[in-house]
Amino acid sequence: MKLFLSSSPHQRVKRDTGQVMRLVIYAMLPAMILQVVVFGWGLVIQATLTVATALLVEGLILTLRQKHVERTLGDYSAVVTALLIAISIPPTLPWWMTIIGTFFAIAIAKQLYGGLGFNMFNPAMIGYVVLLISFPVAMTMWLPPMSMLAEPLGFIDTLMLIFTGYTNSGLDITQVRTVADGVTMATPLDTVKTGLASGQTYHEALLEPIFNGGFAASLGAGWAWLSVAYLLGGLVLLRLKVINWHIPGAMIGSVVVVSGLLHLLDMDHYASPLFHIFNGSLLVGAFFIATDPVSASTTDKGRLVFGAAIGFWLVIIRTFGGYPDAVAFAVIIMNMAVPLIDYYTKPRTYGRDRNPRSTSKR
Amino acid sequence: MNQYQDLASSGIWKNNPALVQLLGLCPLLAVTATLINGLALGLATTAVLIGSNVTVSVVRNFVRNEIRIPVFVMVIAAFVTIIQLLMNAFTYELYLSLGIFIPLIVTNCAIIGRAEAFASKNPVAPAAFDGLMMGVGFTIVLMLLGAMREILGSGTLLAGADRLFGPIAKNWPLEIFVTDQPFLLAILPPGAFIGMGLLIAAKNIIDNRAAARQTAPTDKVTRIRITADS
Repeated sequence: MKLFLSSSPHQRVKRDTGQVMRLVIYAMLPAMILQVVVFGWGLVIQATLTVATALLVEGLILTLRQKHVERTLGDYSAVVTALLIAISIPPTLPWWMTIIGTFFAIAIAKQLYGGLGFNMFNPAMIGYVVLLISFPVAMTMWLPPMSMLAEPLGFIDTLMLIFTGYTNSGLDITQVRTVADGVTMATPLDTVKTGLASGQTYHEALLEPIFNGGFAASLGAGWAWLSVAYLLGGLVLLRLKVINWHIPGAMIGSVVVVSGLLHLLDMDHYASPLFHIFNGSLLVGAFFIATDPVSASTTDKGRLVFGAAIGFWLVIIRTFGGYPDAVAFAVIIMNMAVPLIDYYTKPRTYGRDRNPRSTSKR
Repeated sequence: MNQYQDLASSGIWKNNPALVQLLGLCPLLAVTATLINGLALGLATTAVLIGSNVTVSVVRNFVRNEIRIPVFVMVIAAFVTIIQLLMNAFTYELYLSLGIFIPLIVTNCAIIGRAEAFASKNPVAPAAFDGLMMGVGFTIVLMLLGAMREILGSGTLLAGADRLFGPIAKNWPLEIFVTDQPFLLAILPPGAFIGMGLLIAAKNIIDNRAAARQTAPTDKVTRIRITADS
């Protein structure tokens, strides 16, 4: 028998960055296809726009920084960022807003911080937040599921809406969003938020038409199925060990605990945990956004803290804040806390004291 | 280079109060949503800087070292009050739109910094010139940042020029593009921070290029000084 002697590390990485990123993309694809089926062609056009912009901007900045362009573009991280932006923005957002958001994500939030591995914040979420605070009106113009529209939008109409602001027959986005009975339909989170603000109870708000057709009373039509699709994609990533269970587990767990406590406190004013989990972008966030290996915590204990804190802020901002959804804000807040979390959750080095301070003093 | 050239280049470029010393950032970031606001605050700050530098320089031999800081602060506060009353009388709308940031010029560290570092050690003429140049350097940065944010955020340039220059400036504002969905980020505080970061980065790039050109022939790696020596 021959024994090999080699220096550490003994555990080798089996996948390179490109393979990991491609796996993330494959896991997102089924849910994205469902999103196209439910919400129309918008996502296809937006994804094309974001991916093209992301690659172009990344290539441009890498050239300016005199780095390897092909090698970095080949790691697909820009594509993942671009796709995350595409799925989080409204499908009929004007094209130039999409480009501004993607430019910001790649140029400012990623490359100016030093590129992949050095970015403090999740680039996709920075791009999304820049758009959300810059264009609050356009960024909340979500279409209801196609099946609820008086006239489903075709590919050409969607394309024209994104690039000119009007469909072929001259309707703008507000008119398109108006469903048959003259009511504009908001997202499930938005509906409940406006309902509660105008004095309705939580259960009265759930009677709005957007909640017909989900698989439970508090789930929005279309949105809930989408969440399930992203959940399945996330479970596949978990199975393939692309991500660890710590962040999504802690995040969903803490959302259940915090929103559950609030719901038990006052059922009329605080939404149930089920509502929080399956509406909005919590499940996408838990499996695809918060698990970003660069901007998330890197220790197992730290990941639990990181995920739990995101879940906590998510419920707090959704319930008491001005915006209906909060994944982006919660993730960015906790991104800032990651160095601190990592510092206090440093795992014990083998053979050293449990208390890291006493070892550093030697 | 004689002393005055040196003072000019250090105030405007090498030791620019906003880009290099990073002083007075609070008003800098808060009022630069438009070019005219930036220019107005820059002019007010310049006037205070010149006045306080001259006064501090005049009294520098009579003020005991132990009480110099309170004296400087009172001198600066007096000049700020004068400017505030003047603006209240002659440019009332501008006075309203700059609001709290005019009295806050007192707390602008660039001013007390120059009083302490330069005016209290130099004769009147250089002190006055230093105040002017530091003020000009600060004003240029305020105007650049204001112009960037105004163009990106509201698609105009020189909006409200008549508030500063009177009725002749009614036609000065340019409309670069018209949009019903302005890029709010540029007008909001984060836009000021990001714009400031980009300006500092641009200055460092120019400095590095210039330094690289000068030291190009040698192979030795030299550390490029970004901050000025003074």
